Amino acid sequence: MTLDPGAFAYVSDLVRRESAIVLAPGKEYLVESRLLPLAREAGLADVDAFVARLRTAPDRNAVRSVVEALTTNETSWFRDGTPFEAFRTTVIPDLLQTPAHRRISIWSAACSSGQEAYTIAMLLAENVLPLGRSAEILATDISTEMVERTRDGSYGQLEIGRGLPAPMLVRHFQRSGTQWRVNDQLRAMVRAQQLNLADQQWPYLPVFDVVFLRNVLIYFDTATKRSILQRVRKVLSPQGFLFLGGAETTLGIDDAWTRSTVGGFTLYRPITGGTHGTTPTISPSLATTTGR
Amino acid sequence: MRALVIDDSRTMRMLLARQLSGLGYDVLQAGHGQEALDLLETLDGELPVLATVDWNMPVMDGLTFVQQVRSRVEWRGISLMMVTTEAEHEQIVRALAAGAHDYLIKPFLPEAFVEKLNFLGLVPRRVEA
Repeated sequence: MTLDPGAFAYVSDLVRRESAIVLAPGKEYLVESRLLPLAREAGLADVDAFVARLRTAPDRNAVRSVVEALTTNETSWFRDGTPFEAFRTTVIPDLLQTPAHRRISIWSAACSSGQEAYTIAMLLAENVLPLGRSAEILATDISTEMVERTRDGSYGQLEIGRGLPAPMLVRHFQRSGTQWRVNDQLRAMVRAQQLNLADQQWPYLPVFDVVFLRNVLIYFDTATKRSILQRVRKVLSPQGFLFLGGAETTLGIDDAWTRSTVGGFTLYRPITGGTHGTTPTISPSLATTTGR
Repeated sequence: MRALVIDDSRTMRMLLARQLSGLGYDVLQAGHGQEALDLLETLDGELPVLATVDWNMPVMDGLTFVQQVRSRVEWRGISLMMVTTEAEHEQIVRALAAGAHDYLIKPFLPEAFVEKLNFLGLVPRRVEA
């Protein structure tokens, strides 16, 4: 990502004037990643073009959208709630049906600072590891800074306050000065590495039982979304699960997926060659609707 | 639905009360644990479903209040959330062991409070923080 320095200066000045929040040099990644969905929505190719338009015609709605995008911390534990409830109540029991010697493998793609990966790790630590199963989570992000943060697993007070229930905090974190650090058991489960989903070639990836690809497709154009979803199918077990963000879908982009709604959340599973058009089994009591 | 905000800081009470009112709660307030207990004893009408509880307060601290509420079976429907500057691991464990359902450390982002309420099922209609 290469945000024009002038565009960054303009946006950081705008946000400072509007919200008193200072975007220090080095936050170009944040500006680019948060404003890209707005640029796409406006039909523009990139953030530079979006900022250029904003500079020439700074209408109030656009300014407010920019400020909100840059001042809302979107990363929280158990973000959005229902996906993790679906994971706990439907996906974990399904994973436990796999042969006992198999290690359960999960990918948190676009992991940001690691909250999603460690949320998954907490659920596995409480519901899978006590049954003698092992599990690993690959956490990837385009930003090496985010990868390092995930690897470190340390979070400030404000970050810890976002959606993490206190019983889970005391079970899985240790306080260290002003920071809280995830315990060794969780960190041993999570492996963090840099990966750009938009790259045509991904590094070698194992076969995953579950892929969390949430709130990241919105940053890409349709062709890139399709390419990513097709490649996710290649690294996802035929019986695996895909989690997307609430505003994302495979429909009309890559139709080789079935959908099941669990507790108001949509789970995706690949249509395998031999079972094309059928939905892999989810307990009828848990799956409220099925279809493509 | 009713909520009870217990804090010796008037500013903090106002801040929490404003958020809870915005979610549709009828908000009661108390400046310390004993005042909150007295209020619950003499309350006319429905009990609160939620109490936010500061730890350090004059007369009766928040931990004692939590223990007192948990000793009364008729008050078991009240969810208790500590909202405090006390941030030690061991203190959170003590509060949970005493019967608090959740624990929010000050300072916090307003959306963090709503997220905790969501998790406890205490937002009448789910609100995305």
